[in-house]
Amino acid sequence: MAAAKKLKYLLRLYVAGNAPNSVRAVANARALCIEHLRGEHELEVIDLMDFPKRALADGIIVTPTLVKVTPSPVQRLIGNLSDTEQVLLALGLK
Amino acid sequence: MQKPPAVTSLLKMKTGIAGLDEITGGGIPVGRNTLIMGGAGCGKTVFALQALVHGARSSNEPGLFVAFEESATQIIANAATFGWDLPRLTKKKLFFLEARLSPEIVKAGEFDLVGMLAVLQAKAKALGAKRIVFDGIDVLLGLLDDPVAERREVYRIRDWLAATGLTGLLTQKVSGYETDKRYSFLQFMVDCVVTLRHQVVDGSAFRNLRVVKYRGSGFEADEFPITVTSTGMELTTRGPAKLEYEVTDERISTGLPRLDVMLKGGYHRGTNVLISGAPGTAKSTLCGLFVAAACKRGERTLYVSFDEGAAQIVRNVRSVNIQLARYQKSGLLEIYSTRTRGPNVEDQFADLRARVRAHNPRCVVIDPLSALSTKLAHVASADAAQQFLDFLKGQGITVVNTSLMDGLDTDEATATGISTIADTWIHVSYVVQDGERNRALTIVKSRGTGHSNQVRELKLSDDGVTLTDVFVAKGKVLMGVARWEWEQEQQAAKKRSQVATELERLHLELAQAEAAARLQVIQTEIDAREAEIGLLALATGQASELRVTGRAAIRKMRHADVEVANKHMRAKSAKPKSRSKPARSGER
Repeated sequence: MAAAKKLKYLLRLYVAGNAPNSVRAVANARALCIEHLRGEHELEVIDLMDFPKRALADGIIVTPTLVKVTPSPVQRLIGNLSDTEQVLLALGLK
Repeated sequence: MQKPPAVTSLLKMKTGIAGLDEITGGGIPVGRNTLIMGGAGCGKTVFALQALVHGARSSNEPGLFVAFEESATQIIANAATFGWDLPRLTKKKLFFLEARLSPEIVKAGEFDLVGMLAVLQAKAKALGAKRIVFDGIDVLLGLLDDPVAERREVYRIRDWLAATGLTGLLTQKVSGYETDKRYSFLQFMVDCVVTLRHQVVDGSAFRNLRVVKYRGSGFEADEFPITVTSTGMELTTRGPAKLEYEVTDERISTGLPRLDVMLKGGYHRGTNVLISGAPGTAKSTLCGLFVAAACKRGERTLYVSFDEGAAQIVRNVRSVNIQLARYQKSGLLEIYSTRTRGPNVEDQFADLRARVRAHNPRCVVIDPLSALSTKLAHVASADAAQQFLDFLKGQGITVVNTSLMDGLDTDEATATGISTIADTWIHVSYVVQDGERNRALTIVKSRGTGHSNQVRELKLSDDGVTLTDVFVAKGKVLMGVARWEWEQEQQAAKKRSQVATELERLHLELAQAEAAARLQVIQTEIDAREAEIGLLALATGQASELRVTGRAAIRKMRHADVEVANKHMRAKSAKPKSRSKPARSGER
């Protein structure tokens, strides 16, 4: 992940399979990244159905959860990210 | 929403909450949901956690705990007082999921529990879990903050439980007794609902539990008092409707040999003994005797005192030569001194039950049980004392309890109902007589055994405790100094009679000796006379021969008659006898 260091934003999205909120969150996150981060980012999508242990390790409780790892401070958001205003505020993009 | 009745019979699993498993006929439904509702501080978390721990410890059923409200660390720390050894259990049998959402988390749209349930499912599989607790489901619902989403997620949990076969316990905080209308669907959704209630009556706190619903099963629907003791939560039920105890003919010593005799061998093993009496009638001393005897037999014993501290009890009974310190030291005897703490006696009995379970005694003393008299107690606790004694009896424990009362007809005896429960009832009273106070012991009743109906005087001294016969004289029972005087008098009379007899014997011996002496004198006299007679006869014979020849010669000469000669001779031989008598009596 040498390339990741150059990136401004590292985002992790924890989802649960095909659950409607999870599917919507993935779509919302991708759209948001393209529109507001202009490629200076990495979006890691983690499906807890496949990696349940990641949830325990990372302290994820509900799905979907978006974690902004960098830039600090670390910020967590829950929900399907339909509330764009809240997402932008939380990520410090507005 | 009502499910069709289950084809297979409903399986239940024990919660380990004493009393609850009885009123529900076996515990909570297996593979279903149970909702525990109540206000803050009612013990919802304890209830749920205890059921989980019981499964892990007693049934080898690992479990999961999802903590929405408190942190898992906090919960584990809070439960440390119960001695469930959670840190050890969390290594293999219990898993705590920290499900508290931090306040910094931003909510940006709808979320769900799909991911969490996936995680839990993986964990359940790994552990082989059978039970799961969702603690503080209300917190989750508040976060969802949307009636549709709330229902959806709750149903998701229900369906997930059904699919995984886990038995679920959900706790929900409600304000007051009435549940929030918005979340009332929870009650319809689950199969079993238990409400916990905290209330204050006359300044005393009471906690109660009620089973509101139980699909497919009967249950006792009344409200029952609950207590949280050092081993967890328990429910005070009325106990089994049927009175069934193991009965034995074994007798155990009361510690007082004379009392054992009065009871034809002692107390029956596993029965309930009541010692009643006014203050200072040596009730505690009798308890001490019983305890010492039990410990001497090597039986574990628990002495519960509401009066005095352990050290004081040991010192007091030592004054009448009852030694308890060594048994206390060896661990055979546990003296538990406690205070009566207000009208809520449920807590106290629950505490005592926990003590009994921990010490596992064969003999128990409660001194005095009347400290927990229901006079002050709340209605719900009305039969707490009976239930406790019932509990002890069920375990085959021999119990001696004391009750403070002046007479047999006081309210106290009937109010506590102890007197009816008691199998043996010993009453110690004071008898005031001639300016002093003495202790009188009687056996009021003793089931299944003959017993003495006599009053005995109970005497305490440095050497120990004794029972003494009392005397009835002039229609009065004599005790204390009166008895002592009576005894003295009796002894004096006996002595007098002994002396008189001795004197009489001496007199008779003297008379006998006299008679024997006389006999000896007479014998000697007889011998002397015989000798005299012999001599005389000899002399007389020679003389008469001479005389006869002389007289014959004379007669021949005079031609006299024979008769005259004989007469003369007889008069002459009688003469010496009359002459000797006065001389002999002079010798004496």
